[in-house]
Amino acid sequence: MSTHPAGHPVGALATLPLGDDALVLSHRLGEWAGHAPVLEEEVALANIALDLLGQARALYAGLADVLGSEDEIAYLREEREFRNCQLVEQPNGDFAHTIVRQLFFSAYQLPLYDRLSPSLPLAAKAVRETAYHRDHAEQWTLRLGDGTEESHTRTQRAADALWRFTGELFQPVEGLDVPWQELEAEWTADVRDVFDRAGLTVPETPRHGAWSAGAGRQGLHTEPFGRMLAEMQHLHRSHPGATW
Amino acid sequence: MTPVTTPSTPPHQQAERGMGADAAEGPPSGAEQALQAAFDAAVAADERIEPRDWMPEAYRASLVRQIAQHAHSEIIGMQPEANWITRAPSLRRKAILMAKVQDEAGHGLYLYGAAETLGAGRDELLDKLHTGRQKYSSIFNYPTLTWADVGAIGWLVDGAAITNQVPLCRCSYGPYARAMVRICKEESFHQRQGYELLLALSRGTEAQRAMAQDAVNRWWWPSLMMFGPPDDESPHSARSMAWKIKRHSNDELRQRFVDICVPQAEALGLTLPDPDLRWNEERGHWDFGAIDWQEFRDVLKGNGPCNEQRLSQRRRAHENGAWVREAAAAHAAKQAARRAAAQPPGQPSGQAARPTETARS
Repeated sequence: MSTHPAGHPVGALATLPLGDDALVLSHRLGEWAGHAPVLEEEVALANIALDLLGQARALYAGLADVLGSEDEIAYLREEREFRNCQLVEQPNGDFAHTIVRQLFFSAYQLPLYDRLSPSLPLAAKAVRETAYHRDHAEQWTLRLGDGTEESHTRTQRAADALWRFTGELFQPVEGLDVPWQELEAEWTADVRDVFDRAGLTVPETPRHGAWSAGAGRQGLHTEPFGRMLAEMQHLHRSHPGATW
Repeated sequence: MTPVTTPSTPPHQQAERGMGADAAEGPPSGAEQALQAAFDAAVAADERIEPRDWMPEAYRASLVRQIAQHAHSEIIGMQPEANWITRAPSLRRKAILMAKVQDEAGHGLYLYGAAETLGAGRDELLDKLHTGRQKYSSIFNYPTLTWADVGAIGWLVDGAAITNQVPLCRCSYGPYARAMVRICKEESFHQRQGYELLLALSRGTEAQRAMAQDAVNRWWWPSLMMFGPPDDESPHSARSMAWKIKRHSNDELRQRFVDICVPQAEALGLTLPDPDLRWNEERGHWDFGAIDWQEFRDVLKGNGPCNEQRLSQRRRAHENGAWVREAAAAHAAKQAARRAAAQPPGQPSGQAARPTETARS
C-alpha cells in the first residue's frame, strides 16, 4: 500500500540505478542455471531472474532518449558507469548467500517500487513480482535458518558477509523522491522479523562503511563486478554494430 | 489433467496394479490372463492406460526407462544452453534463452512426475542418472562452442525432438501423453526461436553468418543420430510400437526430419553438410548420406566430447545442494512436530503438515 502522495515526478536519469540493480541481479541469478540444489529452484531462480530482466528492460526503455537502446545501456557502458548497488553484484556464493542477498534486496525493492508506483508505470507490475521474490526468499530463509545446523551456519555466515552492503540501499538516489529513512526503517523491521522467525541473528556490524556506503550508486564497485561485466559484454562488444 | 472418459469402466481399469504384480510371480492365472487380454484390447482400441490400471510389468518398466531418459535429457540439456546465458549478446536474446532453459527444468518436472505415477520416484531416478545406470540423450554430449550453437540447438535439436515427440502425445500411457502435449507446445516455440536466431545471424555480418554455418555443420549429423539406431538395430522398437508407446520407427522419423529441414535450411540461406543430399522423385523424399554410427556408439558409450563434463556438473549440483534439501526436509519435519505439539489434546489430528512449497518429499 502506498502511503506516499501520488504524482511525484521521477528525475530524468533517476531510474538508471534501479535498472542496473535489476539487470545485475538478474545476471547473477542466471548464473545458477543448471546448478540449483533442486529442480524446483531451477524454475524459481530463473523466474526471478526473468522478472528482473524484464524490469531492467522496461526501465532502460524509459532512458532511450538520453542513453540509447537497452543493449547500448547494458553492453557498452564501462564498469564505472554502472549505478547498481554493490549488494546485487556480489557473487552467488552458496545457496544461502543467494537467498540472503535476495531477501535483503527484495525487502528493499518492494517498498521502493510501492512508493514509486504512482509515478513510474512499471512499478505496479514490478510490485507484484517483487512481492513474490521477497516471499520466496523469506520462505527459504526460514527453512535454512531453522533446518539443520549446517544450513543455519551457512545462512548466518551469508547474512554476516552481506550485511555491509545493505546500508547503501538507503542512500538517496538523485531524482527519486522517496522518504529514504522511512524506507530503511521498514526494511530493518522486515528483515528483523524474518530473521527472528528463522532463528538467525541480525548482524550488528557497520552497514555504512567508508567504501560501501553509496559507492555503487556513484559507480564504485567491487572487484567481482568487472569480471561479471567482462563475461556479459564480451560477445556483444566483439561484433560492433551487429544486430542479434 | 483431464482423465479419458469412457462410457463404462473397461475391464483393464477394474483392477489395481498390485494384482498384476502379485500374479506375475506365479504361472499366469486365469485372472491375469483376463487382465492381459483387457489391456491388449484397450491398447488396440487406442484407449489410454492410466496409473491405476493393470499393466504388464514389462510395459511399466519400458515406460519408466523411456520417461526417465527423457526427463534426464531435459535437465542435462539445460547445460549446453545455460553455457551461453551469461554471454547472450542482447537483452532480448538473454530473456529468451533464460526462459527456454527454465522451460526445460519445467519439462523435467512434468516428466519426473509422469514417472512417479508408475512408482518410480525422482530421487531414485536421479540416482540412476548420477551413477550412469540410466542415460540421457547423447546429443547433449556435444559442446556449445559459439553463440550460434544456441540457435542450432533450437532449430535442429529441438526440431528433431519435436519430430520424435509429437507422436508421443498419442502414446498409450495417459500421464506421459498429456505431459508430451504441454512439452511439444513449448518445444515448437523454442524451435522457432532457434530458427529466428540463426536467421538473424545469417542475415547479419560476415562473421555472424560464418558462425551460423559452422554451428549447423557441427549439429546436423548429431541431430540425425537423435532418432536412434537404424530400425534393424533398435532393440526396444518393435515391442514399444506394439504397445503404442512408440508410433513410428526411428528411420521413418529421421526421414521426416530431413524432409522438413532441407527447405528450412534453404530459407535460412545456410547449407547442410551432406554432399549426398538430393531430392528423390521416386520416393518423394530427400536422400541423405550415411550416418557415422561408430561416432554414435562412441558417444553413447561415454566417449563424446562432454559426457564426463555434463555428468560431473549434474552430480556436483546435486551434491552441493544436498544440505539445502536436507534443511528443507528438516524444517518441514520440525514444523509438523510444532503443529502437532500445539494441537489441543484429544482433538483428532487433521491435515498432515503441508510440505513447504519447494521442499521435496
